[in-house]
Amino acid sequence: MLRSPAASPSRRFAPQDQGGWASRNTRHDGGGGLAIYAILYLAFLYVPVLLLPLFSFNDSAFITFPLTGFTTKWYAAMAGDEEMRAALANTLKVGAAASLISTILGLLTAKVLARGIRGGAFFAGFASLPLFIPDIVLGIALLMLVTSLDIPLSLESVVVGHVAICLPFAIAVLLSRFEGFDLSLEEASRDLGENGWMTFWWVTFPLVLPGIVASLLLTFIVSFDDFLIAFFLCGTDTTLPVYIWGELRFPYKLPNVLALGATILIASSALIALAEWVRRQGVSGSPRDHGIGI
Amino acid sequence: MAEDFLRIENLSKRFGATPAVNDVTLHIAHGEFFSLLGPSGCGKTTLLRMIGGFTLPDAGTIALDGEDVTDRPPNKRATNMVFQSYAIFPHLNVRDNIAYGLRTERLSGAERDKRVVEALAMIKLETYGERRAHQLSGGERQRVALARALVKRPKVLLLDEPLGALDKRLREAMQIELRQIQREVGITFVFVTHDQEEALSMSDRIAVMEAGRVLQVADPKTLYEQPSSRAVADFIGTANFLPGHVVVAASTSVTVETALGRMDLPRRANLSAGARVIVAIRPEKLTLSREVTPASGRVVAVSYLGDRSQFQVSVNGATVIVAAQNGAAFAIGEAVQVAWAADAVMLFPE
Repeated sequence: MLRSPAASPSRRFAPQDQGGWASRNTRHDGGGGLAIYAILYLAFLYVPVLLLPLFSFNDSAFITFPLTGFTTKWYAAMAGDEEMRAALANTLKVGAAASLISTILGLLTAKVLARGIRGGAFFAGFASLPLFIPDIVLGIALLMLVTSLDIPLSLESVVVGHVAICLPFAIAVLLSRFEGFDLSLEEASRDLGENGWMTFWWVTFPLVLPGIVASLLLTFIVSFDDFLIAFFLCGTDTTLPVYIWGELRFPYKLPNVLALGATILIASSALIALAEWVRRQGVSGSPRDHGIGI
Repeated sequence: MAEDFLRIENLSKRFGATPAVNDVTLHIAHGEFFSLLGPSGCGKTTLLRMIGGFTLPDAGTIALDGEDVTDRPPNKRATNMVFQSYAIFPHLNVRDNIAYGLRTERLSGAERDKRVVEALAMIKLETYGERRAHQLSGGERQRVALARALVKRPKVLLLDEPLGALDKRLREAMQIELRQIQREVGITFVFVTHDQEEALSMSDRIAVMEAGRVLQVADPKTLYEQPSSRAVADFIGTANFLPGHVVVAASTSVTVETALGRMDLPRRANLSAGARVIVAIRPEKLTLSREVTPASGRVVAVSYLGDRSQFQVSVNGATVIVAAQNGAAFAIGEAVQVAWAADAVMLFPE
């Protein structure tokens, strides 16, 4: 038989989807009803949260309308609060350690899972199980484990607990980065003379770097945000959420907490935005946009 | 040419229960353009990956320039690969892609730059040094992958269907360019393809593979004109296969009876009278005429293919395809005589 090879169409030449969100939305203009629904929806989501910054600038210790006057004294008081600063430092330390450890573990896990091992799907599901275990159950379980092993409650035990809740996020973020990773890129590096470690350093690492950064930021937020596990495991070294919980017992300290809450709100929004921006930066340089895969 | 530069001896590899490569022995000469040709799943890519060190064989040895490299990882053997996906590093520009393999070679900065500039000149992309992978066309990527591998000055360059993703016109241009580059650098190329025309036009020698085995190793002309088996004749080019049987077996010749009539052929293998055989004749080796009488065939279909016409001719119940250059015009239903040269007939035991 005469075999004339059919010209194989290549994905690379497919035109980019230029449409996206904006153009789709203009096509489906739902009219006034949809606009009202959207406004109510957004109000429901954000108005309660926005009360925090609002009252944090109010010149009264009582959280009631009408507002009495503008002040920044709660912010000044917050900044001067030694205990709060210690709790913040603890939280940053725990967050840094937990995000670093869970991202490294997540990187190794995602790398193996992306290669398509036997039972990979089962393991991926198993690794994300902590997402579905209520934190209070996980907190109690970890507390039992730590006390039965006679390990003193400390920031270290909080880190261990946070790694458990952060790891599923790290795996999810990094796995999406590894999927579609052209394994022949690593083979090409080996072929060109680099060993396994150098290949990881020069090829794999730079290509998954946006995923690593996104994972670090996301897991940091998860750790920063956690109250329950820290509450069970922190002992006397309180983290910021645990500190805030303690402060709520004193009504006169409430405005300080509001100022703190507003600050955290802005900082974490900025971090999430940064994580998403980094992730999107990565997409255009993603290996799946190039080559054909195998 | 001494065919012992790359020696592959009794190489086997299984994936699960399926043998991907089954007891393959090949000896490839220095400077040769050698192709592994076969349908997908025939084991040609697995064989190439074992030569490159990406897959370890279950049995057998690979020796390169007198050195046993069977168990060496890819970074410890003097082979380089052009991957099917090209595997251009997307985070590096063209220059850094090409220089990637020179990192481990302990060259001076000036020497390294010189090699990269030479490589860019070889692939005629002198001004492309700063471009990223996503700014390159398919053909340009293919060239960068080639330059990146050749800049290492490997003893053997491995190419895994490097032209498969290109469109027909570009592929044909790249075939010529690739062959030119190979002659210039004088490096041994082992080229994997499923495209028999590509293999025939580029290679010094071709190994035809099927189901993990090598069916025949020969130069393109021999492969086309003297295939060793029916499978090779079937895979390379087009052929009319006619069943027949031996009517007379003399010491130097045999006479075979087929639908086309009796054929006196040089003796092949140990065929005795009565043995069932398959006769194969290429369509362009058959000719049609209307002068000879009595006519034994009748034209049943005609296809116009531009550079030639193809006629389906029914002869004694068998249908053969005859290719003729244009000028030869026969109409459907016309009575014709089919003729052939004796040396155009290929004979295989059934």
